[in-house]
Amino acid sequence: MPSRSKRAKTWYGHGLPYLTRKRLPGHLIAIEGTDGVGRSTQIELLRPWLELEGYAVSNTGWTRSPLLFETINDAKAGHQLTVTTFSLLYAADFADRLEHEILPSLQAGFIVIADRYMYTAFARNTVMGADPAWSRDLFGMAMVPDLVLYLDIDVESLIPRVVQGKGMDYWESGMHLALASDMFDSFQRYQSSLIDEYRRLSQEFGFIAIDAKRPIEEIQTALRMHIADYLKLANPPRAAALHEESPAPSFRKE
Amino acid sequence: MNGASAATPAASVKLATKNLLAAPHPYPGRLIAVEGIDGSGKSTQLLLLDRWLRARGYPVHFTEWNSSRLVRRSMQRGKKKNLLTPTTFSLLHAVDFADRLTYQILPPLKAGMIVLADRYVYTAFARDVARGVHPDWVRGVYSFALRPDLTLYFRVPIEISLERLLAGRAKLKYHEAGMDVGLSSDPVESFRRFQSRVLGIYDQLAEEFALRVVDATGEIPAQQKMVRKVVQEILRDYDSHRAKGNHAVPIQAS
Repeated sequence: MPSRSKRAKTWYGHGLPYLTRKRLPGHLIAIEGTDGVGRSTQIELLRPWLELEGYAVSNTGWTRSPLLFETINDAKAGHQLTVTTFSLLYAADFADRLEHEILPSLQAGFIVIADRYMYTAFARNTVMGADPAWSRDLFGMAMVPDLVLYLDIDVESLIPRVVQGKGMDYWESGMHLALASDMFDSFQRYQSSLIDEYRRLSQEFGFIAIDAKRPIEEIQTALRMHIADYLKLANPPRAAALHEESPAPSFRKE
Repeated sequence: MNGASAATPAASVKLATKNLLAAPHPYPGRLIAVEGIDGSGKSTQLLLLDRWLRARGYPVHFTEWNSSRLVRRSMQRGKKKNLLTPTTFSLLHAVDFADRLTYQILPPLKAGMIVLADRYVYTAFARDVARGVHPDWVRGVYSFALRPDLTLYFRVPIEISLERLLAGRAKLKYHEAGMDVGLSSDPVESFRRFQSRVLGIYDQLAEEFALRVVDATGEIPAQQKMVRKVVQEILRDYDSHRAKGNHAVPIQAS
């Protein structure tokens, strides 16, 4: 698991060389998982718990950047995107949130809970046919999360949830890939490929996988347990007192 | 690849990105790009080249940096509200380029036309790096770009470009002057410092990518004469293919 034992944040690639080094005492926790798996429900439950524990929490989610959300919505409405422009737009959205939300929050000592992180882009771009190496190059500017919690589900269990929930959506069904003319068939094929890709990434990047077939409360309990474990290691009890003297964690350039 | 493997326990597969810029493109058309700092006179020269090629009966398609509709709103919003960082600035331009590559560069090239590009990826390699992004990162971002058959780099000293720009209009544009980089609060001084940086990088790129350097301090007609001569050379092969009827003659543009 990334940086469990050390507190220094690391860039995934070249990072943002124009930024001056700053202390980042906060924690970056990414929640990953496919569409409809229940990420936002779980994040909503995590926040009040962490706040009760005394942590300030900041949320950030995919395509919520003020710079890009209109463009992404417009482009989706017009269905004029290619794999390349799709990937680049999401990378731009991510970079905007990284610099304007994530890094400032980390600097201010917040726990940042990211609803999806770069791994979602890796999975989607690959399924859409982008060169996986290129997708990773794009996110060289990203900061590696301190903890990646992956909500794992199989497509058979996902389908009833999505159907009973908000329904199948054009993009989440991968209709843009023309895998099948029927939305249900397309959803099944697209989401299976995505889940396969997430599972591969989980191995590669050492996510903590949580079985998302279980009831909401059980998933929440598992998430809290892993987060508490992480925080215990990241902030050993005596560290608070020693904090002032200890060397400042800072950006570490690769 | 980058720092990914350092932060992960599982063996990370080292992926190599395909770099299309490294080899000639396989299409029957020809791609000619012009590069240079603002005020180098490259657009004027490209316009004159366009006139000449059309008059000689060549099928020509013209495309310009930062002109796609796709990111116009984000770009305007970002510039107006000063939301852009070097990274999002770079990625938005990459979206623009990728969009034009799909809709404006590739189809005419496949149809055997001559595509004239006012600025190409080297603009990003120069400007974005002058703004502080990592040179390898931006090269990775644009690794899907085709290599032009000819790139003319119009080289001009800063003072001459400044003179030309200030003669044409009352004031320098904010980003053109690199005001976002914060080198000076005076636009003219900022332009001088920022564009000197860009110029220095262009000179390195000219070597790295074998750009054809044109001395852009001379008289317009003399420069054009030289441009036409170089273009004629790269069209020799194209002409003989065309005479044999090896590529589709495109329908006249509407």
